[in-house]
Amino acid sequence: MTGRKKVLPNLYIALIMLFLYAPMLVMIVLSFNSSVSTSVMSGFSLKWYAEVFRDRTTLHALYNTLVLAVFSSLIATVIGTVAAVGLYGMKKKWLRSMVLTVTNIPMMNPEIVMGISLMLLFVFVGNLVGKTDVLGFPTMLIAHITFNLPYVILSVLPKLRKIDPHLAEAAQDLGCTPVSAFFKVVLPNISSGIITGLMMAFTLSLDDFVISYFVSGPQFQTLPIVIFSMTKKHVKPDMYALSTLIFVSVLLLLVIMNISQDRAEKKRRA
Amino acid sequence: MKKTSLRAKILNAPYIVWAILFILAPMFMVVFYALTDRSGSFTLQNITALAVYKETFGRSIGYAAVATAVCLLIAYPLAYIMARSNASKQRTLMLLIMLPMWMNFLIRTYSWISILANTGIINSLLRALGLGPVQLINTPGAVILGMVYNYLPYMILPIYSIMCKLDYSLVEAAQDLGCSSRSVLRRVIFPLSLPGVVSGITMVFVPSVSTFYISQKLGGGKFLLVGDSIEMQFQTSYNYNLGASLSLALMVMILVCMVVMNRFADEDEGAIIL
Amino acid sequence: MKKLLSVLLVLSVFAGLFSLSGCGGNVAHIDAEKLIGNYDVEELRGTQMNFYTWGEYISDGSEGLPDVVADFERITGIKVNATTYASNEDLYAKLKAGGASYDVIVPSDYMIERMILEGLLQKPNFENIPNYRFISDEYLDLFFDPSNEYSIPYTGGMVGLIYNTTRVTEAPDSWSVLWDETYAGDMLTFNNPRDAFGIAQCLLGQSLNTTNPDDWYAAAEKLKEQKPLLQSYVMDEVFDKMEGGEAAIAPYYAGDYLAMAAVNPDLAFVYPKEGTNVFVDSMCIPVGAKNKAAAELFINYMCEPEVALANAEYLRYLCPNTAVLEDERYTLKGNPILYPTADFKTEYFHNLDQDTLDLMSKLWNEVKLA
Repeated sequence: MTGRKKVLPNLYIALIMLFLYAPMLVMIVLSFNSSVSTSVMSGFSLKWYAEVFRDRTTLHALYNTLVLAVFSSLIATVIGTVAAVGLYGMKKKWLRSMVLTVTNIPMMNPEIVMGISLMLLFVFVGNLVGKTDVLGFPTMLIAHITFNLPYVILSVLPKLRKIDPHLAEAAQDLGCTPVSAFFKVVLPNISSGIITGLMMAFTLSLDDFVISYFVSGPQFQTLPIVIFSMTKKHVKPDMYALSTLIFVSVLLLLVIMNISQDRAEKKRRA
Repeated sequence: MKKTSLRAKILNAPYIVWAILFILAPMFMVVFYALTDRSGSFTLQNITALAVYKETFGRSIGYAAVATAVCLLIAYPLAYIMARSNASKQRTLMLLIMLPMWMNFLIRTYSWISILANTGIINSLLRALGLGPVQLINTPGAVILGMVYNYLPYMILPIYSIMCKLDYSLVEAAQDLGCSSRSVLRRVIFPLSLPGVVSGITMVFVPSVSTFYISQKLGGGKFLLVGDSIEMQFQTSYNYNLGASLSLALMVMILVCMVVMNRFADEDEGAIIL
Repeated sequence: MKKLLSVLLVLSVFAGLFSLSGCGGNVAHIDAEKLIGNYDVEELRGTQMNFYTWGEYISDGSEGLPDVVADFERITGIKVNATTYASNEDLYAKLKAGGASYDVIVPSDYMIERMILEGLLQKPNFENIPNYRFISDEYLDLFFDPSNEYSIPYTGGMVGLIYNTTRVTEAPDSWSVLWDETYAGDMLTFNNPRDAFGIAQCLLGQSLNTTNPDDWYAAAEKLKEQKPLLQSYVMDEVFDKMEGGEAAIAPYYAGDYLAMAAVNPDLAFVYPKEGTNVFVDSMCIPVGAKNKAAAELFINYMCEPEVALANAEYLRYLCPNTAVLEDERYTLKGNPILYPTADFKTEYFHNLDQDTLDLMSKLWNEVKLA
């Protein structure tokens, strides 16, 4: 590529990053604002950071949020990938269409409808088995996996369509078992779709409020619930500080990962 | 081929069980609520009551369609650029695209209010330049911007993941055969990336139609969308029946939109949605 | 894939570190010596209770005030699982469905009425809540709990007009200012039907709890008239918009005005002459509470003068505790906005019948479409 050809794409990426990160910049600036208001700038202060480290409830909620997001996205990715592979191999077209339509339901159901209907279902089942406080981490995990699944399936399925269907068969003809054919031939070809799905699932799970609210119990509260329940009064700036901390840690991690990868690649070349 | 089918059945089993338990069972409850009154007896009253909401539905679908189109226009070139970058840049870009979405939705939205408000960042800049304030917040444009912002990654990623395994020798072959770059895009790249595009459209359009909060916060609450109406039925009027019927109607409309879109897109790919 | 996993793992480790570093710092504490009741109950040590309340409602250790829930845990040895909700309706949906048991909740007046009606609340044993005597007479015998059997008032407030004196030169005294074209594009109102209708109803001289459909139609007309003049319908965004001068006039709670005025001294507050809505949030014990004894102990603790003072300072809403109201340390003592001396009409929201609720939501939809 010539130099000029590279400028345009990079400019385009920069513009989109500006769009995506403009609110992040605002968030960071406001987290250092000494005023309790997000619309009045009144000087530099670190007090909201002190507040974050003092507030046990919020930190515990953050921990819960991350645990839930990690588990739900991983489980959803496994179930979703297997389902996508199975769906792809399905020969009955009408059945496949039906399953795919059902798959879309969690995406198109407004969150409150899904939250309340799942809550009623869990409570109903709970009553059947004689458990009066069924709502908690397990119900939240199930709910999160459920709304994550369509995103995983919709990321993996298009990749499967791109694979030559004879590839797996050829591998089997060459002596692979169906399972090892899957791991050696199919999986590498759909890995980018799986990672995409995992990323989306993790993201969705981190930020869900409405569904989580209804299916959560008194012992397990996530950060979005804490933040949204402040909305009769005021979302306090320590939430901006906490978000900034998360943001900066992830960004740092990214940079470190990139540098170490580049080094490893250079080493390999040398 | 029969063998594959049997294996497919085994692979499908966990998901189908999951879907029946946690998608269809709650869905059945929605249908039940929509077709009954408070005492639990059958009625079509909730369905006929929907007539009042036709403008709300129209507006929601309109806004979501515009947001989806904007997302597609922005995401497509980016996904292409990403797919043609080196591996480490690809990974970084992917994380960079998702990272803002890891911050809390409310805080992201409040930040947008700070940017768009009449006393906000953009208008302060414009005033300093003597260009006067421009009404940005509390407009349909702001609502659509909110949708685009929140769902853009769900358009970029599926298209990107298709494009990075795209066979670029086809592109080169087309170029060698004298295709202009525009017709390469139209005849080779775009058709090949279509499954990703369809996935992306689904993942942006569907949640956009049913969203709430965005219109409340960025639209100043002046533009009621279906998501807001449904929330109101559950929250202020305890009318689960009407709320359920509204969301059922919403689902039917989304399905219709998807079928129409799929007909336009490609006959073969229709199976992705239906 | 591995890389991604490691990112997720490192994130969790971060979170773990955060939660470890959460202790320490110089925070005020509730002095167990100064408490009146006996909180050293042997059989409750090591038990748990679930406390379900509004977000930002309990003194949490910020602003140099004590963390009252943590102090309760320390003093009594009872573990409190405190979780939060954003609206009475969220709370109601959760309680009605079941699936989780709560020991103490803090619903508002009309919701308490509804919950009692539907048998969702149980009567606490007031013998275990001796500090109930601190509750001011004003908060007793209210309509939702006429013989004071179910609820122990925690806080309350009234809605009034907040305005920016640099933009609104003539002090308004009526809700009609929200229909004044001079301030077109600079006014906010509630983004929930009950409160928004309430203002129109006050202005029209109706009851906030009217069940006459004609009244509601008239109020809806009034709201449609108002819509083009409004900048936006808001809830918590009102803080930022008023503090930053984005809007000039908005109705909100008196206690929240005090918080806004601390940021922007240009803001002023008035109770309109037509009267206004008043609310009380009270502590209740739902049916199905697993640890009623701890719930009663907790409610008694919340009524302790020292604890109530901390909460009143933190929340800035009305305090129903007479010991606090007389306490010299209470910075809002006799505050003319929180505790107005002038008499004007106030009305509570009552639980409306279903037809009226349906009509209200239908009309609200029309207003939003207008």
